[in-house]
Amino acid sequence: MENEKHHIVPYLTHIMVLLGLIVLTVITVLITSVELGAYNTTAALIIASLKGAVVLLYFMHLKFDHKIYWVMVSIVIAIFAAVIVVTFFDYLYR
Amino acid sequence: METMTHQHHADAHRDDTASKIGMWLFIFTEILLFGGLFIVYSVYRHMNPVAFHLAHEELSITMGFINTIILLVSSATVAISISAIQKNDRKLTLLMLGITLLLALTFLVNKYFEWGGKFEHGMYPGSELMKNLSNGDMLFFSLYFFMTGLHGVHIIVGMVLLGITLYKVKTGAVNSGRYALLENSGLYWHLVDLIWIFLFPLFYLIH
Repeated sequence: MENEKHHIVPYLTHIMVLLGLIVLTVITVLITSVELGAYNTTAALIIASLKGAVVLLYFMHLKFDHKIYWVMVSIVIAIFAAVIVVTFFDYLYR
Repeated sequence: METMTHQHHADAHRDDTASKIGMWLFIFTEILLFGGLFIVYSVYRHMNPVAFHLAHEELSITMGFINTIILLVSSATVAISISAIQKNDRKLTLLMLGITLLLALTFLVNKYFEWGGKFEHGMYPGSELMKNLSNGDMLFFSLYFFMTGLHGVHIIVGMVLLGITLYKVKTGAVNSGRYALLENSGLYWHLVDLIWIFLFPLFYLIH
């Protein structure tokens, strides 16, 4: 573990990521203020997931760290997604 | 560099990677805790779409938006503080951690006014007003108070962690050769931000 190299993320990257996240937040607010029917929630959730992915990859260093963290997080998200799918199959088709 | 290597070997039990993996494992339990609540929310919203839509109009989008921006900025300042300590810039690390704590406090103050406004109108868990709400409204507000409340507790825990880290950066216990504590507190703080990223559209932006 000693030879693991540490990638130093430049300050500018963090600033750009922050600006991106703020823009996405503004888009979410704007998109949910217009009438799109059921697509409003879908759009809001897609943007939220996008923001979540950016936070995980850049702020939480998944993009730069050892791959094992990325694999672990992916497995947890996959398990969570599976539970959502199963729950909704149950409620939609019972 | 030499002194760093020396420090390194002085502590045989140190394993930064292991401590980071441990932090991630803990974060997974947090993701599943809030994930479970999000599923509960989704199912009840699916069963009470109209009530959830009407009830959400009681919440201020502006307040939610401001708090979202506050958390995003605070997440960035923590990320910058990690880059700063890696570059051995202690001053910037301390400044960024200080700003983060200040932003966290602002978030809580906003939350205080937000919840306080609800309480003044007699809307709080267990109140007469809430007992007389329809099923759907009651579910919305119960979930709102529980989930944002639990998130608020996480903000406080995050502030304690970041406060301890700030102190240790000050004393030099956390430095450019040894900053696992800062990284792990940072991960926790980003988690708090991550949860809010989903709480905001689901409670404040229902269309």
